[in-house]
Amino acid sequence: MLDERELRTFVDGTTNFFEVAAQQPATVGSPYLVTDDRPGVHEYTGIIRVSGRRSGLVYFTAPKTLLTVLLMKMQENDFSHQTMCDAVGEVANTISGNARRDYGKDFVISVPTVVSGGSEEFELPGDTRPYVIPINWRSHAAKLVVCLR
Amino acid sequence: MPVPAGPAMRRLRLMIVDDSNLIRRRIERTQSLPELAVVGSAGNGEEALEVFRRTDPDLVTMDLTMPEMDGIECIAHLVRLKPEVRILVISALADKATAIDAIEKGASGFLHKPFTDRQLNEALLELARIPQHA
Repeated sequence: MLDERELRTFVDGTTNFFEVAAQQPATVGSPYLVTDDRPGVHEYTGIIRVSGRRSGLVYFTAPKTLLTVLLMKMQENDFSHQTMCDAVGEVANTISGNARRDYGKDFVISVPTVVSGGSEEFELPGDTRPYVIPINWRSHAAKLVVCLR
Repeated sequence: MPVPAGPAMRRLRLMIVDDSNLIRRRIERTQSLPELAVVGSAGNGEEALEVFRRTDPDLVTMDLTMPEMDGIECIAHLVRLKPEVRILVISALADKATAIDAIEKGASGFLHKPFTDRQLNEALLELARIPQHA
């Protein structure tokens, strides 16, 4: 179970990502615990597996419209499926990597894996409940899911 | 302030290493220093060694979390191949121990992701100013 300070790390990382990379802040809601089902996904999901001091996964999931606008704000002009996958993986990687500022070097993160088309074909740790951090950016909803034991 | 460049001075050769195409393209598109010429890019450490041998860059931007061979290991290889190479780590890994590890392996600077265009150019300018045989 994560405590409030640990969750704050991910909330701050998400806020910082949109402020710096997209130069437009996102509204990041209060994290909530999912108790009875999977947290759900949007069209593209970037997944980071975590090992070491903590284990489990962190994923960022967003609709194509949010990723398209994000890419435009980053001056990117390739909006292919591959670039969408790259973008969603990079957001997940950046927020997870930034968490090492508080968690330290033993918070070991994988390279991102990406699923698309609203697929939820990836395993969540069975013995821990995920937290959802809701994100709203330019009227588009996304979420960061933190599932760590 | 730009790096002084005489008529006979060649531009500094830059290689970009990151497993994200998006980030590689962004660095190439954003870097605006006239003293730099991008001579190659790679998506992991092993590919970086191959491109490095082929293109002989003076400067390298290096991601850390990559498949095949990670950035820390790659830095150590590159420094063995060319001790005077200047390497700017561009990574999301924000803990101090990782930055120290990278510097001890031979990196010259560290820029955290996410970064702005201005931060990137300032970091590259600082890298370009480091004397070649420091």
